[in-house]
Amino acid sequence: MEIAVISGKGGTGKSAVSAAFATLNERVVLADCDVDAANLYLIFSPLIQEEKVFISGQKAVMDKDICSNCGICMDYCRFDAITEINGEILIDETSCDGCQLCVRVCPVEAITMIKEDKSRLYAGDFRNGKMVYGRLSPGEENSGRLVDVVRDKAKKMAKASDIDTTIIDGPPGIGCPVISSVTGVDRVVVVTEPTLSGLHDLKRTLEVTSNFSIKTQVLVNKYDLNEKMTDNIEAYCGEKGIAVTGKIPFDPRVVEAMVHCKSIVEYAPDSEVAQVISKAFKLI
Amino acid sequence: MDKSGYNIAIASGKGGTGKTFVSTNLFNVLKQDSLPVTLIDCDAEEPNDREFFPGELTNCFDVTQEVPVIDASACTYCGKCAEYCHYNAIFFLQEARMIQVVEDLCHGCGACFVACEYGAITAKESVLGSVNTYQIDNNATLTEARMKVGVHSPVPVIKAAIKQAKPTDLVLMDAPPGTSCPFIQTVNLADYVVLVTEPTPFGLSDLKQSVETLKTMGKSYGVIINRAGLGDEGVYNYLEKEKITLLMSIPFDRKIASVYSNGKLLTNELPEWKAKFRELLSLITAQLWK
Repeated sequence: MEIAVISGKGGTGKSAVSAAFATLNERVVLADCDVDAANLYLIFSPLIQEEKVFISGQKAVMDKDICSNCGICMDYCRFDAITEINGEILIDETSCDGCQLCVRVCPVEAITMIKEDKSRLYAGDFRNGKMVYGRLSPGEENSGRLVDVVRDKAKKMAKASDIDTTIIDGPPGIGCPVISSVTGVDRVVVVTEPTLSGLHDLKRTLEVTSNFSIKTQVLVNKYDLNEKMTDNIEAYCGEKGIAVTGKIPFDPRVVEAMVHCKSIVEYAPDSEVAQVISKAFKLI
Repeated sequence: MDKSGYNIAIASGKGGTGKTFVSTNLFNVLKQDSLPVTLIDCDAEEPNDREFFPGELTNCFDVTQEVPVIDASACTYCGKCAEYCHYNAIFFLQEARMIQVVEDLCHGCGACFVACEYGAITAKESVLGSVNTYQIDNNATLTEARMKVGVHSPVPVIKAAIKQAKPTDLVLMDAPPGTSCPFIQTVNLADYVVLVTEPTPFGLSDLKQSVETLKTMGKSYGVIINRAGLGDEGVYNYLEKEKITLLMSIPFDRKIASVYSNGKLLTNELPEWKAKFRELLSLITAQLWK
């Protein structure tokens, strides 16, 4: 069974919940799919047995010695990545989308593509099973594809080690890497917080999961920081027919646990936070 | 340089550290001081700034891209368009004479139009999101980039929103989280970047990645620590070691959390924070002059 933990809004406690899910009892495969800011390795210090290069894309590079400054490439580029400054044609690496059209239209073959190969996939053992995570190099694209690669690896590890449960820690937002993180999973857990922004982002996130018809449940983190907003969230979920399977109280020990490289379940198993998360997990 | 005409991005590697909190309060103070200011909400996947400021919608337009439509009667099934497409957005089986556009994968680069020699491909506009501009008061404008749910990348909508900024305004950009493409597109145009973090191991790890990225881009930056008092000393030690300016420290305080959670502005509810946000701008300005 694959369970994805996502949040829409960042910083709602998604990774803390994933870490708790991963340490409840049975052995799991933990896939950190927040490839833009993978953090769970900080808690679990996995023993990495495999490191793989991920080619995230390509960028156009101009050879100025060959370029005749005709500007044809500039006319074709739809990403505003090619500009003319003082009669000289320049490619802005930041804006280049890697489509390669400029290479194809250049009459003098002055442009080549170079591969972006700084992103990585890591896999290994952690104290409660197997762990895999991706690291997208800053500024690189295709985070969705890296998520696919991480999930593929997670599936292989689950099969090879005969582990039933895979926990996917997803990225924030609702874009490509989130869609890749939830596509085809058995269950999505959305972690939200009782703020106006949290509610607003929850709505957009639930739109995504309902588009994909995935069984979804909601956890409200730090619910006691604003009980009225928590009521609003519960009412909204009720309307949509989505179960709120836990209300987690604010507890500074959640951060303390992280500082001590532990999940809240390991650090304070008797705390209400650990109890609520554990109950929500059983409901899955 | 005077107080107008430059761009400040408010960013963070980790999500939920308080970018929107800082952006909206800084905007609020500048607005009340009658400075010409534009706030651009570049977090197009989850835009929230708008909820803090009532204002009149003065301009709104869709951001679109051209996706191909293949006319089966003119298509010779040569496969050149599929070969040109770097995004695998054209599904092609030569033997089965099957060709199909996968719109979700299309980046709108236009390569297939160039590839087709038989006039079988025409363009159709596909909506990626919208850019909405609100007049908050005489001098203050809020522009929101809003990606359509289900679209894969927020970048085109973010770019279109940033283009709306008046060059004479002081522009605040509430950046999307992370350090990938959407973040880069936003901070690329900034004269100064404010990184908001929290004093936890996660916050530190993401802060380091943001700092490394900004160093490569040659940007000047400073740091705000939010929820100070929770967590550990790691972020403080790092700032000291790297000689990075700590612009502001916001304590973890249930009162502050409660103001924000209700969609209210700290600088309105607890006026002592007004002075602190003014001071923040002076610190940023001083760094820009340096």
